[in-house]
Amino acid sequence: MIEFAALSPAVQAALLVVAVLVEAIVLYAGYGIVERAVAPPLIETIENA
Amino acid sequence: MELLGLSPELLALFVVFGFMVGVFFGFFGMGGSFLVTPALLILGYSAPVAIGSSMAFVFGTAVIATMKHHDVGQVDYKLGALMFVGIALGIEAGKVLVYGLEAIGRAELVVGTAYVLLLAAIGALFVRSALKQSSDADNDDSDDDDIPEIAKTIKSYNIPPMVTLTDGSKASLWTISGVGGGVGIVSGFLGVGGGFIRMPAIYYLIGVPLAAAVGTSLFGALMSGAVGAFTYGLDGVVDLGIVTGLLAGSALGARIGSAATAYVDEADVTIYFGIMLLLASLAVGLGELANWLAMPVLDTVSFVLLVGSSAFVTVIIFYYGAQAVRTKDVGPTATAGGNE
Repeated sequence: MIEFAALSPAVQAALLVVAVLVEAIVLYAGYGIVERAVAPPLIETIENA
Repeated sequence: MELLGLSPELLALFVVFGFMVGVFFGFFGMGGSFLVTPALLILGYSAPVAIGSSMAFVFGTAVIATMKHHDVGQVDYKLGALMFVGIALGIEAGKVLVYGLEAIGRAELVVGTAYVLLLAAIGALFVRSALKQSSDADNDDSDDDDIPEIAKTIKSYNIPPMVTLTDGSKASLWTISGVGGGVGIVSGFLGVGGGFIRMPAIYYLIGVPLAAAVGTSLFGALMSGAVGAFTYGLDGVVDLGIVTGLLAGSALGARIGSAATAYVDEADVTIYFGIMLLLASLAVGLGELANWLAMPVLDTVSFVLLVGSSAFVTVIIFYYGAQAVRTKDVGPTATAGGNE
């Protein structure tokens, strides 16, 4: 198993940037699916409230 | 028990705060990052950790926003790439400044003071703009295409080498690098994306059409965030737990905020946002005072003021949105990129 702390600072910093990039893409896609599923009934509920 | 190196309460706080920041970013197209660094400073994080983590958050937020703009083809990638060198050098210069101040024990004070002034200035601009909008509604003879004199002067200097942009227009490489470098210094020093400076600069100084200027500015924020996260990451001061919590909230908030633009008239909310920024400025000032006078109670007041005013504006946006949906004031044409 690779020890994160043993990596050079440049590799750790690059991995950090990649981790944030992956998080952002996953959140963008995940919330997109949630929005398509939840937004229409939610708007309908507010309209009828 | 800790999650991502944070207590569950603190992680929840970051998710909620990120959500509010995301709503502002989605609705106003700005206002995200320049609330994060002050909040982290008030919570007691050191300036390098606050700025580095904020830069990584800017990167994640900008990735999401740029993906939305990419879908509608409003990003000038060539211009963004040309600004890269200036951005990278600017951020490095900003970081050197932060560490220089940290070495003499003045980083939190100087960065905090810069935020007091920055938030007060932007808040005053928003309040002024809101008041002007309401008076323009009565007397509709305003000219939205007014270009500031200084922008016209800078744009008139066609110093070679000139570069042809994606839309066929030409711009001096010096102007492009100057915009990238200038905004880079601000980003590296304050941990912000810098869109509130870069977008007008791209529009007025480089002459890119407005829609493409917004998208290209976001792409610039993406590069600033990536370079900033990497640069501060080299020193191990970026807290991934903070970034993850903020991003989890802001990615959702930004979708709701941009969808709200289809329902809520920005003019109704702008003044509240301006007042919130003025209160945020006061909050950061109180935070500084708390350190100076060694009165922790002021830290609590300052934090409540910052989070409370953000929550208030979020509720206002939701309230106006729900009212518009109920009265069917605007058709439900909302998309994930409502303000694009």
